[in-house]
Amino acid sequence: MTELLSAKKLLSLAALVGVALAVFWALTMPRFLPNLSIFQQVGNPVKGEDVFNIAGCASCHSAEGAEAEDKLILSGGREFPSPFGTFYAPNISPDPEFGIGGWSTYDLANAMMYGVSPDNKHYYPAFPYSSYARMNPQDIVDLKAFLDTLPPSSEPSRSHDLPFYAQWRRPVGMWKQFFYDPAPVYPNSADGLIERGRYLVEGPGHCSECHTSRNPLGGPIMSLYLAGAPSLEGEGYIPNITPHEDGLAGWTETEIANYLNTGFTPDFDSVGGLMVEVVENTALLSDEDRRAIAAYLKSIPGKPDAPRE
Amino acid sequence: MKKALLGTTFAIVAALGAVTLNAAGHDPVEQRIALMKANGAAAGVLGKMVQGENPFDAAAALAAITEMRDIAAGFGDLFPEGSETGPNSTANSTIWSDRAGFDAALAKYLADTQAAVDTPPQSLEELGASFGAIASNCRACHQTYRIPR
Repeated sequence: MTELLSAKKLLSLAALVGVALAVFWALTMPRFLPNLSIFQQVGNPVKGEDVFNIAGCASCHSAEGAEAEDKLILSGGREFPSPFGTFYAPNISPDPEFGIGGWSTYDLANAMMYGVSPDNKHYYPAFPYSSYARMNPQDIVDLKAFLDTLPPSSEPSRSHDLPFYAQWRRPVGMWKQFFYDPAPVYPNSADGLIERGRYLVEGPGHCSECHTSRNPLGGPIMSLYLAGAPSLEGEGYIPNITPHEDGLAGWTETEIANYLNTGFTPDFDSVGGLMVEVVENTALLSDEDRRAIAAYLKSIPGKPDAPRE
Repeated sequence: MKKALLGTTFAIVAALGAVTLNAAGHDPVEQRIALMKANGAAAGVLGKMVQGENPFDAAAALAAITEMRDIAAGFGDLFPEGSETGPNSTANSTIWSDRAGFDAALAKYLADTQAAVDTPPQSLEELGASFGAIASNCRACHQTYRIPR
């Protein structure tokens, strides 16, 4: 009698595990964008260069210490320490073997907007696709056209240095279930300048990847959006950039735009850390785009500094 | 006359000694924060001229550049072993793990400010060039040797 019961129990347990696995499998399945006709179009590389600059591609995908022209060789290799291990930016130069030269525009769009590779694997969210998800497909098309003009590199991509439990990519699908949301963070604005700024900050500019605190699973804490965060590199605190006293309340829009151009704060302190390379990129944008970023940052709700620990 | 001269010399030496003593009495963390603030104020004098907020003034520009040169000359001494942390310190541990690189960055800053002192800018254009060269030191050093806050 007891044996029968336990056999029954075992069976139902197995069924339960089976159902759980099936649910997990379904939830973590890599998803792809619809293959829109726009991805068949040939992009404008001149516009694509602007997208490249605001998206900051070179800041991660050029070789460590690369300067000037060398920043356009997207050989990868820079390391990104995190609580989950060390990530290495891959080669995204147009080399067909070592880079992404064989990719279609649709492949690039899936990678950037959905975080999935052409061979059906999730990318780790160290790649800021949760922000790029808010990009306009036309910008991806133009970016592809620009990337195709860059020099190829035959530097092999380095594999990430992760603990065994993080090497299996399927659970990243679960992370996406919780934290991937391409909807605008703040409602679309009727003001054209603010709306442009919203697009640049929330989308390609991916400001929140550093300026928003993360929970223990590495997901952004949206109630603390742009309100500052402990540095992922270990030392220091990435500043609050909401218009609160703790953040940009004392800055005018002109001063914010000026900082993104010259790297000087209103009291002539200079930009430092990882933001140095960001300002190298924003300095290449149009005055109007820098003003748009400033207008958006001054339009969102001010929040006190997120916890420092 | 001789006595007066001696007296003046003595007063200068005493004053210098007092300044040094006073400086030595302060915590190096406080000192370097104060000096960087002064450095920022001097950069502001130049930056506001370059950005057209204030008119070009050769004498004021030279004074600001000279101050930056003087700060550059002694700044490295304010990071002794044991001063890695302190209230409001934004010094990066890389200063101590890569001391040679930090010293080289400061030497470059000193050389660039010295060059501008030796050939003081006489026009807004010349100031723009000097300021560009000097300011590139700010971000280069802060990129590696300062933590964000």
